[in-house]
Amino acid sequence: MRNRIFILILLSLSLVFRVDAHEDHSVVHEEGHGKFDPGATAIHHISDANVYSILDAVRIPLPMILKSDQGWDIFSSGKFAAGAHEDGANAFNGYVLHHGSVYRVAEAGFPMEGLIAIDGFKHTEEVVGGKSKDVYFVNYQNKEYRLDARTTLDGGILGGGFTSFMDFSITKNVVSMILVSLFLIWLFRLAAKRYAASPDKAPRGVQGLLEPLILFVRDEVAIPFIGARYRTYLPLLLSIFFFILGLNLWGQVPFLGSVNVTGSLSVTLVLAVLVFIISNVLGNKHYWGHIFWMPGVPVPIKILLACVEVMALFIKPLTLMLRLAGNISAGHIAILSFVGLIFIFGNSGESLGGSLVGTAVSIPLTMFMMTIELIVAFVQAFVFTILTASYIGAAIEEPHHEAAH
Amino acid sequence: MISLVTFTPFQPTPGLAIWSLLIFLIFWYLVAKFAFKPIAEALEKREEDIQSAMDTAKTTREEMANMKAENEKLLAEAREERSKIIQEAKEIKNQMITEAKEKAKEEANKIVANAMTEIENQKRAAFAEVKNEIGVMALSIAEKVIKKELQGDANQEAFVNTLVKDIHLN
Repeated sequence: MRNRIFILILLSLSLVFRVDAHEDHSVVHEEGHGKFDPGATAIHHISDANVYSILDAVRIPLPMILKSDQGWDIFSSGKFAAGAHEDGANAFNGYVLHHGSVYRVAEAGFPMEGLIAIDGFKHTEEVVGGKSKDVYFVNYQNKEYRLDARTTLDGGILGGGFTSFMDFSITKNVVSMILVSLFLIWLFRLAAKRYAASPDKAPRGVQGLLEPLILFVRDEVAIPFIGARYRTYLPLLLSIFFFILGLNLWGQVPFLGSVNVTGSLSVTLVLAVLVFIISNVLGNKHYWGHIFWMPGVPVPIKILLACVEVMALFIKPLTLMLRLAGNISAGHIAILSFVGLIFIFGNSGESLGGSLVGTAVSIPLTMFMMTIELIVAFVQAFVFTILTASYIGAAIEEPHHEAAH
Repeated sequence: MISLVTFTPFQPTPGLAIWSLLIFLIFWYLVAKFAFKPIAEALEKREEDIQSAMDTAKTTREEMANMKAENEKLLAEAREERSKIIQEAKEIKNQMITEAKEKAKEEANKIVANAMTEIENQKRAAFAEVKNEIGVMALSIAEKVIKKELQGDANQEAFVNTLVKDIHLN
């Protein structure tokens, strides 16, 4: 069992590298109706969006909450009148919608007040300090105005950074999190009521669905890693497990937006930081002693180990964050890439025969990938939970004197 | 490298981070308080119940086995008691029979002895009576003889002599 899980983890990690190969095609990025670009399309589909699109037909507008040096702007994304590719036809208070994401005009001359019809977008790349960067422009009355992307917390490492505005909108990912959380709360409340109402009866219905998972987290994760005091941390572990699992699975549902919540670094960052804070706040003398002054080794080794341990302290949540986001995003990209085969073989709709061949190749590959992703959804939720449990377990572990260090 | 640049899901945004923090914390609070704690407690209680039920079944089985053994023991004891009682009864019966026989024998002997004594007594009495009768008869004979004698001496004498001879012969 354990071995199989590790093989699956390795398998799912390997997907990340496959994805990189796909992404390399995204250099050429023509706007609108040009050649099909699978990389860009995949990224576009797994990105968070300010409009919830289902099957490119239903577009549910979402609330926009934006903060710039001009103050707060709160309005519905329906104002942008999003069309094909989630590109908005209007600008509102200097904000535009491009590929489902909000941008702000950063060049003087553009009317920054009210609703204004715009003529489209342009995309180029700039090389800044050896790194190429995507730059977008909006066309308005035959002029191009440079756009600012939303502020990101990557500090420029991943092409983002602080810009002229921040986006606190209820995005597609936020809506998905709210929906999945509400669904899970309802589901577990239902099960809890069942347990309260008939404590002496065999589990049935929703209990039968959830009980094996709850028992699995308790008996395979909480008890082995935390030990006797597992009861205190079991609700946290279960919350993390089901929150991640629910969102992983929600992202797997075809045609319902294929939301990539647990594949967003923002979400996994929050979870990882939370785990980091909780496990270190719980850390006892024994735990800190093993980090800063490892007992039972010579002093030079103690100093060396302290350096390594302090690094590990921060690497742990970092890997936690990257592993989940990487795996889920990778799965989404792999599926989208296989679907994209239809367009590549069909030469973007020009060759019917090619499209048919592409479809024939794509369907089994996509089905295979979705099966793998279903397993990955469980495995990643499990891995995140088991690592959380092991960090908490290490932090609260009491020294056992008989063990030799 | 360009791929990473456009990889927006890996650009953490403050908005999504704040919302996910908020949503997860609320989710955690609600689901932990209203679902996971009661469920975990219910599961634990059920496990304890099952364990105790199994333990009870085990002890009951043991008790049953003990009771059965005890019953068998009692039964065996009762059986033994019964055979003992029967044995005793038999002995008593035999004893009684023997005693009764002895008593009967004794009684019979006594009766026989009594009868013998009675017979002896009767015999004696009979003899005595006979003797008396004989005496009376002898007297009457003697009377008659005397009366006849008184009629003729010689005859009387001869007669007396024969009578006397007869008496002697008896």
